[in-house]
Amino acid sequence: MSRKVLFYIVRRFLYFAPTILALLILVFFISRVIPADPAALVAGEMATPQQIETLRHYYGFDKPLHIQMVLYFQQLIQGDLGKSLYSGRKVITDLFDRFPATLELTIVSMMISILVGIPLGIVAALKRNSVLDHMLRGLTVSGLAIASFWLGIMLQLSFGMWLGLTPLGARIGVPEPKFVTGLFILDSILTLNGNALLSALKHIALPAITLAFPSFATIMRFTRSGVLDVMQKDFILYERAMGLPPGLIVYKYLLRNAVISTVTQIGLLFGLLLAGAVVIETVFDWPGLGLYAYNSIVLSDYQAILGVTLLAGIAYVAVNLIVDVVLTLIDPRKAEE
Amino acid sequence: MDQNLKEALLVVTKLIVQFHTDRGVVKALDGAELRVGKGEVVGLIGESGCGKTTMARSILRVLPSGGRIINGAVFFKGRDLLAMEERDLNTSVRGKMITLIPQDPFNSFNPVFSVGTQIKDILKWKGEAKANRGIDETIIWDMLGQVQIPSPEGQLKKYPYQFSGGQRQRLMIAMALLPSPDLVIADEPTTALDVTVEAQILRLMTGLVRGREISVLFITHDLGVASEVCERIVVMYAGQDMEDGPAEILFSDPRHPYTIELLESLPNPEGKIRDIPGEVPSLIHPPEGCRFHPRCPSARGSCSRQRPERVEVALGHWTRCFHPVR
Amino acid sequence: MSGLRLAWIKFSRDRLAFTGFLIILCLILTALFAGVLAPYPEDTFKIRPAERLKPPSLKHFLGTDSMGRDIFSRLLFGARITLIISIIAVGASLLIGVPLGLIAGYFENWLSELIMRIADVFLSIPQIILAIFLAQTLGPSIPNVILALSITYWPWFTRIVFAETRVLKNAVFIEATEALGTGPLQTIVLHVLPNVSSPIIVRSSIGMGYTILTAAVLGFLGVGAQPPTPEWGVTIAESRQYLPEAWWYATFPGLAIFLVVLGFNMFGDGLRDILDPRIRRGFE
Repeated sequence: MSRKVLFYIVRRFLYFAPTILALLILVFFISRVIPADPAALVAGEMATPQQIETLRHYYGFDKPLHIQMVLYFQQLIQGDLGKSLYSGRKVITDLFDRFPATLELTIVSMMISILVGIPLGIVAALKRNSVLDHMLRGLTVSGLAIASFWLGIMLQLSFGMWLGLTPLGARIGVPEPKFVTGLFILDSILTLNGNALLSALKHIALPAITLAFPSFATIMRFTRSGVLDVMQKDFILYERAMGLPPGLIVYKYLLRNAVISTVTQIGLLFGLLLAGAVVIETVFDWPGLGLYAYNSIVLSDYQAILGVTLLAGIAYVAVNLIVDVVLTLIDPRKAEE
Repeated sequence: MDQNLKEALLVVTKLIVQFHTDRGVVKALDGAELRVGKGEVVGLIGESGCGKTTMARSILRVLPSGGRIINGAVFFKGRDLLAMEERDLNTSVRGKMITLIPQDPFNSFNPVFSVGTQIKDILKWKGEAKANRGIDETIIWDMLGQVQIPSPEGQLKKYPYQFSGGQRQRLMIAMALLPSPDLVIADEPTTALDVTVEAQILRLMTGLVRGREISVLFITHDLGVASEVCERIVVMYAGQDMEDGPAEILFSDPRHPYTIELLESLPNPEGKIRDIPGEVPSLIHPPEGCRFHPRCPSARGSCSRQRPERVEVALGHWTRCFHPVR
Repeated sequence: MSGLRLAWIKFSRDRLAFTGFLIILCLILTALFAGVLAPYPEDTFKIRPAERLKPPSLKHFLGTDSMGRDIFSRLLFGARITLIISIIAVGASLLIGVPLGLIAGYFENWLSELIMRIADVFLSIPQIILAIFLAQTLGPSIPNVILALSITYWPWFTRIVFAETRVLKNAVFIEATEALGTGPLQTIVLHVLPNVSSPIIVRSSIGMGYTILTAAVLGFLGVGAQPPTPEWGVTIAESRQYLPEAWWYATFPGLAIFLVVLGFNMFGDGLRDILDPRIRRGFE
């Protein structure tokens, strides 16, 4: 890795740091400054006035704002995100607990979108304006217009209820595999647990496909236009004129240029997936952060939602940073910026 | 040198090429003809849109989508390239017997691969035994030296954006010469470059080519450049070839009315530029017969109905005109 | 032929954009005339326990829901809600985002940097999650949903206006007006703004689609509209416990969402193709 690339990476880190800081401040602002009574919010609907007062004192809401901000950051650094009303445990514990489920779902969805989206995008571009291309483009357009929770329900209805092919919810139907990473699919492979693997796969199928659908549509669309764009370029003409084998042109030269435009989208896609996770987990009863968020909404568990929001924001920024770095490795021109 | 004595390397006959676009069918080449002899530098000149680049792309059979070769033949070393199998063409002709120096050195390199990778890939995939024969880098370094790229050993790892325009064009020249081709098609190789760089590149090209008995089809719209570099010149207009003759004679004693107009449009010492009256015709609805007839001062009679045949008006000098000048 | 007429002809030839336009038109008409079009307009508040969960029939086109209310009528009124929420939300985002984008793009100082960084921060949290957070803080209701949506969508407008303004800023004609002594405000409003209007319009259409989806999600999660409001997302949420028997209950509201968002997306895409002069046509 050249020095220039290294410098670029460091610069990007420095760029994102204030963003995260600002994010934390934004959340502080929304949770402490906007509400009429932050203590009541945190205490929940069932709280008595006395309980609210206790909470107010405990969290320091009775102190002046700037002191509150200091306390807020202190707590954050220590990883203290308060207590969940629902579970009674620390929010941070809850988050760690639910994290693997969402991670697994997100990874599988991302893989589906990429492994299906990129090839289909390339095919659509190479066979431009054919019947296949039109069908695929129809799919792309639908993918961005369908409400994912509705799609999930429809799939649940058809495959789960009417056809009985897939389970209706939850993450696994047999006892969980031994804990290694917390990702059931990985763990069942690592512990050679065939039963668990099968069950895990059956359970993740519908949620992952549903979650993947909008991202897959976006990836396919961008890959297609990326390939079409590159196909027009002078260097492709030159490569053809100089007799490079067509297979080489497509799979080596064209692909890399086209994939670049797709990789820039992956950061965005991750955001889509995160957002989608909330509804998908709700529909499929998937015990991850999304379902946790939903339950917290229903119960007005404010601290929990605050925790989820913070986590989502930080994760999103982190992923974007990683994508940026990866892009630089693929396309060295970026380091020049 | 007498045209007849030179063995014909490339003979393009009656080439008809069309493009299907949203606006209609563009009749880009209308029975165009061209001959390049062994070791000859032939210039193909004409205004933009006259079909020069289409001719180049048709010879190599790399037309953009929408482009179709309707009729004609391209004989190269005795074989009709248009009748060849695509695979054959790719492994034995393109990038091997016929190479290209493209117009825009800035965009003709793939930006995300190193220069070395691209050069090697062009050399690798040729001939019957395809696949990864190791390419001897010293041969490449040698050629880079010949095109005056300093310290060639370290350059292969670099990326295209790290080179200047002039250097990139030198690399292009190197890539065109490395496969030891019989014919190099240079498509406006200096148009995208500074005037000062242009002179160097032209000198370099003519020097390299002369030593090796390589034919060059030199495409340009710049008459000055053509006169410096080319032995013979073919003049094209609106998809038709108009005149074909030795460079000095074409410039001193042009016979086709279009060539005359073209030469007169050059800035003269007083700096006056004379426009050729009329407009370049639409290639979707081109004029009948000789396509220059609507703007031709000598046009009469069959000019608007029939396309003139090639007539030898002097030794080695052809014209397609019913009423050649003088 | 005037530019407008030419644009209209191109537009009507583009089947995709035109279909989208028709769909949007239908949506607007439905929302306006829901009271007249609905066979059972009173079903936004009246309940008929006797007719619970009846499948689609001549009497009830799309069946009835858990309270015996006619789903078709409620969908029509839902269109009104959806349209109102989205128009106001997108409108507000536009009013916040565009001026900020213009300022950030035109000036090249600390203010621009600040504006764009703030936009980045708002974009750093996925919109739905931020909207949920805001809605929970303010309390679930339709006005708060509109507020949450506006606050989370404006950065998109700012980004695109910023990019276009930056490009334009260096255009010769802007330099010319500056040289003539036109003040920045005038330059921005009279010269820059008309030229960035196309991307703004395209973005608005796509933004409508996106906002409708997000509003439905919020309704589904119970964060926005509350029962008995006939909002499409809320209806789907209600329907869940009655599946698989009452399949019509979940299917039709979702189809409505799909059609409407599709319409806005197609329209926006078609507009982009027409308005963007950078799209290449023809050969080479």
